[in-house]
Amino acid sequence: MITGNIITDFCLLILFLPVVAFAINIFIGKRLPRQGDWVSVGAILITLVLSLSMLMNMFMNWDPNFSHEVQFSWIDLGAFKIELGFWVDNITIVMLVVVALISSMTHIFSLEYMKGDIRYSRYYAYLGLFTFSMNGIVLANNLISMYIFWELVGVSSYLLIGHWFEKNSAANAATKAFLTNRVGDIGFFIGIMLMFTAIGSFNFQDLFSGISQGMISGQLLTLAGVGIFLGAVGKSAQFPLHIWLPDAMEGPTPVSALMHAATMVAAGVYLTVRLFPLFSPEALLIIAYVGGFTALFAATIAVTQNDIKKVLAYSTVSQLGYMILAVGVGNYVAAFFHLLTHAMFKACLFFGSGSVIHAMHHSLHELNDQDTDPQDMRNMGGFKSKLPITYWTMTIATLTIAGVPFFSGFLSKDAILAGTLAFAKHYPQHFLLPLFGFGAAAITAFYMFRLIFMTFHGEVKMPKVFKGIHESPRAMTFPLILLSSLGFFIFYTLPYFNPFSDHGWFTELIQASDSVVKGNPTAEEIYEGIHHAHYPAMALSLLVASFGIGMSILMYMKKKLSADIWAAKMGFLYKLSLNKYFFDENYNRFLYQPVLKLSQAIAFVDWDLYDKYFINGFGRVTKWLSFLTGRIDYEGLDQKLVDGVGRTAQGFGNQLKNVQTGRLQNYMLFALAGVIVIIVMQTI
Amino acid sequence: MDSLTNYLFVSASLFCLGLYGVITRRNAVAVLMGVELILNSANINFVAFARFSGMNMAGHVYALFVIVLAAAEAAVALAIIINIFNNFKTINVDDVSQLRQ
Repeated sequence: MITGNIITDFCLLILFLPVVAFAINIFIGKRLPRQGDWVSVGAILITLVLSLSMLMNMFMNWDPNFSHEVQFSWIDLGAFKIELGFWVDNITIVMLVVVALISSMTHIFSLEYMKGDIRYSRYYAYLGLFTFSMNGIVLANNLISMYIFWELVGVSSYLLIGHWFEKNSAANAATKAFLTNRVGDIGFFIGIMLMFTAIGSFNFQDLFSGISQGMISGQLLTLAGVGIFLGAVGKSAQFPLHIWLPDAMEGPTPVSALMHAATMVAAGVYLTVRLFPLFSPEALLIIAYVGGFTALFAATIAVTQNDIKKVLAYSTVSQLGYMILAVGVGNYVAAFFHLLTHAMFKACLFFGSGSVIHAMHHSLHELNDQDTDPQDMRNMGGFKSKLPITYWTMTIATLTIAGVPFFSGFLSKDAILAGTLAFAKHYPQHFLLPLFGFGAAAITAFYMFRLIFMTFHGEVKMPKVFKGIHESPRAMTFPLILLSSLGFFIFYTLPYFNPFSDHGWFTELIQASDSVVKGNPTAEEIYEGIHHAHYPAMALSLLVASFGIGMSILMYMKKKLSADIWAAKMGFLYKLSLNKYFFDENYNRFLYQPVLKLSQAIAFVDWDLYDKYFINGFGRVTKWLSFLTGRIDYEGLDQKLVDGVGRTAQGFGNQLKNVQTGRLQNYMLFALAGVIVIIVMQTI
Repeated sequence: MDSLTNYLFVSASLFCLGLYGVITRRNAVAVLMGVELILNSANINFVAFARFSGMNMAGHVYALFVIVLAAAEAAVALAIIINIFNNFKTINVDDVSQLRQ
């Protein structure tokens, strides 16, 4: 049993150990043996142990209402007070374990994957910073410290995406990620300030009680909620700010795993889960539609991508859309459940793709081949025999993401789909939401198996490269095995063993709380609805998943249906999807270019007109005036007045000097004259 | 003839002559001689007043003091003049005008 104070200590350690590792590695990492990777790995493993012990404590307590809050005042200006602190409940603990676990796996995986990198110790330092920032978000009990860590996550992602900044594309991707996130963060900040203005506190509990007292309501509350959600849109790569995530694949693959599973994109979902009670019905509806649309939309892009990491990236966008959709329909516990299961299988998939790319890279390196893209699935095929561990672990993760029974993804996805189905039952006008969900589920199953088939099955596309492919070392396969095994349902349903029900420790320990906004259904009502929709949703999701998998098998394994002919048939749609709906191009044409033109125009006004004429003119007038003043001062004052006084004195002196002849007799004469004058005056 | 006025007249003439000599002479020795004349005119005054005012010997004694003083003064002044000559190779007082610079 761990008491409150010890929990606080644990949280502090979990928060600060990675940043200590960051500080050590960034300053003296290069001089340490093995470039300091053991510092980071050690720190993150201790963090993992601490997180796991908190998880064990949670199991021992078995208290769904467990909550522990500590805070200290950061800024105290009398009336204006900002307090920072931790809010630890079961959600926090589970999330801490996820972050620590995925981060540890990333650290271990990188030992091999990043071996020999030019900025090896810096890479480990940034991983520490990333983990620290994410833990800060997880532990935050108020909006302001969440915002601080939110930005820190942005910075660390920038640093890691741009790790190979010699490549132009990597540097650009990093900038793009950062700037796109900033757009969302502006909304987040507006939301925070609206909340603060109305309620006067940043603390979550204060916000909830303030809203239930009606201190902020109606349109303003919706606006604040949408603002906060906009932050999540940026971080969790939701439509229309999803554009940065696929580009972020420029970073090292383990970083992608970390970012997609635990630290970066999870932050947005975590935020909405954390703040679920304060969203108004209208805001939730917007959230649901954004999430649902993103889920389907990203899935359709993933279908046609050929880069193994791009497929996974769009799959992440799609899965995040699911989570956001679940929050929007009020089933936020399911969103968090999916966040948990998704973290495991998506990290596994990314590590798997990293393993494949690593193998490709080495093989190409031996052949001295610089032109072949090691990430293009069209160059792969038949890797099953060469990379058995990678193949099996990735297949398990794929079964998980596709929503096949006995795997965790089935449970969490099913919970989300049941939520949307219940929502649509209650509000028939929103029938699109379950359509989004089920459609995305079918497509997800399809493209994930397409990835597996294209990479590991079929005939060998490049025999020369194929010969050089070897299974990755143990430091890379260990995370794969661990994370793929965490895809089995059993880890989430203990102490029960029913593979068709998510009933287990998770649902018992993490229970939805009521929304504090009037007009939202209570947690009980939502639960009732989901309960009724559970079996139809399960049947439907099984159906769509098997349809997707079946199509994939027909097209890419059995080759009964030709993918090329289908692509030609779809023509226009295929092109749209392949080019990601021309989002980047359209943003460029309708957003960036006009903004650029506008700023060029402003720059012209500013530089060529304002600066040149006004500022420079002002300068010229000043120069002229000071020249005049100088003239007056020097020629008038100095030369005439000041020097004049001197000259006058000199003139007088010169005149009077003549009196002093130096001749004694003259003086005597003057004295005599004086005496005579005095005598004469006395006589008169 | 034997009246105070005559003596005073002689004394005044002598003083004026002495003063004129002091002021106009260029030769330092001549200037010194002028100073002697002035001193002696004072001596005449002392003696004449002593004789006609019915005083006792006090006037005569003062005249004697002045003569002694004049001798001392002449000794000092001549020493100065010798020094001036050593320094300037002249005893023309107009040329000895170093104070002016």
